[in-house]
Order: sequence, then C-alpha cells, then structure tokens
Amino acid sequence: MKISEIARLVDANIYCKGNEDTDIRCAFACDMMSDVLAYVKNQAILVTGLVNPQVIRTAEMMDIPCVIIVRGKEPTPLMLEIAADRGITVMNTKLRMYSVCGILYNHGLPADEGE
Amino acid sequence: MGALHLEYTVAPDDFSRAGEVSGIVKRTLKDLGFPPAVVRRTAIAMYEAEINMVIHANGGKITADITPEEIMIVFADQGPGIPDIDLAMQEGWSTASEDIRDMGFGAGMGLPNIQKSTDYMDVQTTVGVGTTITIKIFVTQ
Repeated sequence: MKISEIARLVDANIYCKGNEDTDIRCAFACDMMSDVLAYVKNQAILVTGLVNPQVIRTAEMMDIPCVIIVRGKEPTPLMLEIAADRGITVMNTKLRMYSVCGILYNHGLPADEGE
Repeated sequence: MGALHLEYTVAPDDFSRAGEVSGIVKRTLKDLGFPPAVVRRTAIAMYEAEINMVIHANGGKITADITPEEIMIVFADQGPGIPDIDLAMQEGWSTASEDIRDMGFGAGMGLPNIQKSTDYMDVQTTVGVGTTITIKIFVTQ
C-alpha cells in the first residue's frame, strides 16, 4: 500500500513528505517507543498518539518510513525538522488509534507480527 | 575499509537530543555499506543505551570502534549505577519516572533489548560511581 493511499484512507494531513513510492506492507500501533524498539521487526508504519522528537528518532532507528499521529495531535517543529532531514513522512488524523488501525486493516494492511 | 574510531559526548537532561549519536552512527554504518541487519541491530542497541544515559545518568560518553568484522560500542556514564543488575535485565522492570513513561520510554525493555540485538554485552556498574556498557555486533554472523 502506498503512503498516499494510507493518507487518503484515514483522512490525514501530511506535514512532511518522505518517499511516497515506498511500498508499505504492515503497521504497528503504540504509544510506548520502548515497545516499538522491542517489537517492530519489519519496515512497518507507526500509528501513535505520542508527539515528541523521540517518535521520529525511533522511526529512524527502526527504518519506519511513515508516522501517523492520531487523535488530532500536531507534530512539533523539531519533529518535522528531523523527519524532513531523514526522509520520513509525518501525517496526522483526527481519528483515534483504534479507528485508524481498523480502517487500514480492513483495506489489507496487516499487523507487524514480528518474524 | 580500515578501523574507524568515533567518540561522542551525550548531553545531560536533553531528552529532545537523545538519539542524535545513534542516528549519526547508524548513517555512518549505512554509508560504509554494512548489511542492513547489522545496521539495524546496532541502531536499536545504541538508541536504547543512549536513551538510558539521558534518562538515568546525566549523559556520558559513547565511543565506537568499527572494523569490517566487528562493531564495538562503549557507553560510559558517571550516573547512579545499577543496584541490582539481574532485576534490570528483566523485561518490564524499570525505575523510570512517570514523566519518562509519558515520553514513551521506561517500559523496562531497554537492557533486555540491547542484549537481544547484540552478539556480546557486558555491564560494569558501581552504585554512586557509574555504569559502562560494552556491546559488540559481529558482522560475519
């Protein structure tokens, strides 16, 4: 699934564009970056309600190409600065985490279930 | 490629910058052409250790020694030390404050995840003196 298609499905505003042609195969939803570091095994997108620079740094470490911020929260200027430099797409949606997960799952984007 | 020696200082109490060094080393390894799995395992272990340094130890020093066969990274701090290393190695055990948890860390996965991501990990710690963690990632594996 393309990032532009994901943005359309969850009615998201894109704040920062990375490589839009990246093919997204799975997703991981979490507010704990510790768990993202421990459990993400594939190049998933990240669905999160957390807004601080460590969200983007975590994405960078885990080769996560796209972060969707839920519940209408806005990314901070520093988040967008780092994301732009690292080529990570950042978008937000007014939808809640469960809704975003449900919509993307229904359209064929599975969970990152590890190995 | 010969041997590469890198040294960095991690600033204390600057949570917004925690992870900068890990990012620099990750990009260096990628540019040097190390296999993606090696780059990723190193990045995860480094970032966990760097976050720990900022959260628990007022920053510290990171040195990286990189050869085609092995990546060795040493994290040295002068923080409070770890009173019970066996407890600290248990998944889910953490002394992080509520503020740290609000920022998305302190799930008690740090040290276990460093161990899982590396081929060698050594923790030397003395309460009141500091902690030195040495990790190695073997490139041939």
